[in-house]
Amino acid sequence: MAESRDHITCQELVEQVTDYLDGALSIEETELLEQHVNFCEGCDWYLDEMRRTIATGSRLREVHVPDKVLEPLLTEFKERHRS
Amino acid sequence: MTSAAAAHPWRALDIRDRVGTLTPVEEDQRSSVTVAKEGDLLERLRAGDEGAFRALVETHHGTMIAVARRYVRTRAVAEEVAQEAWLAVIKGLDRFEVRSSLRTWILKIVVNTAIGRGGREARSVPFSSLGDEAEPAVDPDRFRPPGGAFAGHWNGYPGDWSSLPEDALLGRETLDVAKREIEELPDAQRVVITMRDIAGCSAEEVCDVLDISGGNQRVLLHRARSKLRAALERHLNG
Repeated sequence: MAESRDHITCQELVEQVTDYLDGALSIEETELLEQHVNFCEGCDWYLDEMRRTIATGSRLREVHVPDKVLEPLLTEFKERHRS
Repeated sequence: MTSAAAAHPWRALDIRDRVGTLTPVEEDQRSSVTVAKEGDLLERLRAGDEGAFRALVETHHGTMIAVARRYVRTRAVAEEVAQEAWLAVIKGLDRFEVRSSLRTWILKIVVNTAIGRGGREARSVPFSSLGDEAEPAVDPDRFRPPGGAFAGHWNGYPGDWSSLPEDALLGRETLDVAKREIEELPDAQRVVITMRDIAGCSAEEVCDVLDISGGNQRVLLHRARSKLRAALERHLNG
């Protein structure tokens, strides 16, 4: 940060959420963000929404692979191990 | 390392514990289970265990297509790339040295296969071209305008999702909304959110496989997650 600040706005906070969750903010930036969230219900909810959005992603893991893709690969895999 | 989380792990964690649905402990458990499973899986694969191979394909095929789409023009070609990459994986399993995770190795094969296609199917848009246009995470109209009182603070709060019924976020309909939104993202954003949030890759793994900087990875992830959140918000508030 170019100069020392004592607060961030909500609009600034929403742009820092990904860096925050990845632990990529500096100690000072982290402190400012957490101070803000402690006093701002809107940003507390926003952070919660982002966490739940991320959790939604983990539920999209697809396990179904069509037979037309899987079968030729299984055949190749079996061939390889027969020899 | 300047990151606050490294210097003071509790700092980055306590808000997550309070508001998160997946605690850091659960994340750690997930990754250690993955590592243990992977060693076991590799042995079974080398022994020719078909069930293990089927599980491997089911685990990674979707991510492989998302990775390939970043490098080729169409989904159809990306599917061919994934198929071709699997054949290379089958051939290379005995030679795989556990220097990286099995997943990283597989995804790098996808990247190399896609790039190897060259010519008319390859794309030349570099990851570094993130676009100069601003892509705010939240519509600027949601905040009080500059110059006035409380500039940059919420005009109207986002919703309190913790008050929604349990199945509102996890129901089929919501997951379909999420799936459609991810499908519509620009390729570079789609591949990063797919690797991080769907497949559960670390930031380092994404950078390694896609050969991008940590900063670019975070910008792409941030844009993707912000759009996904906004889509879920429209759906849940609608």
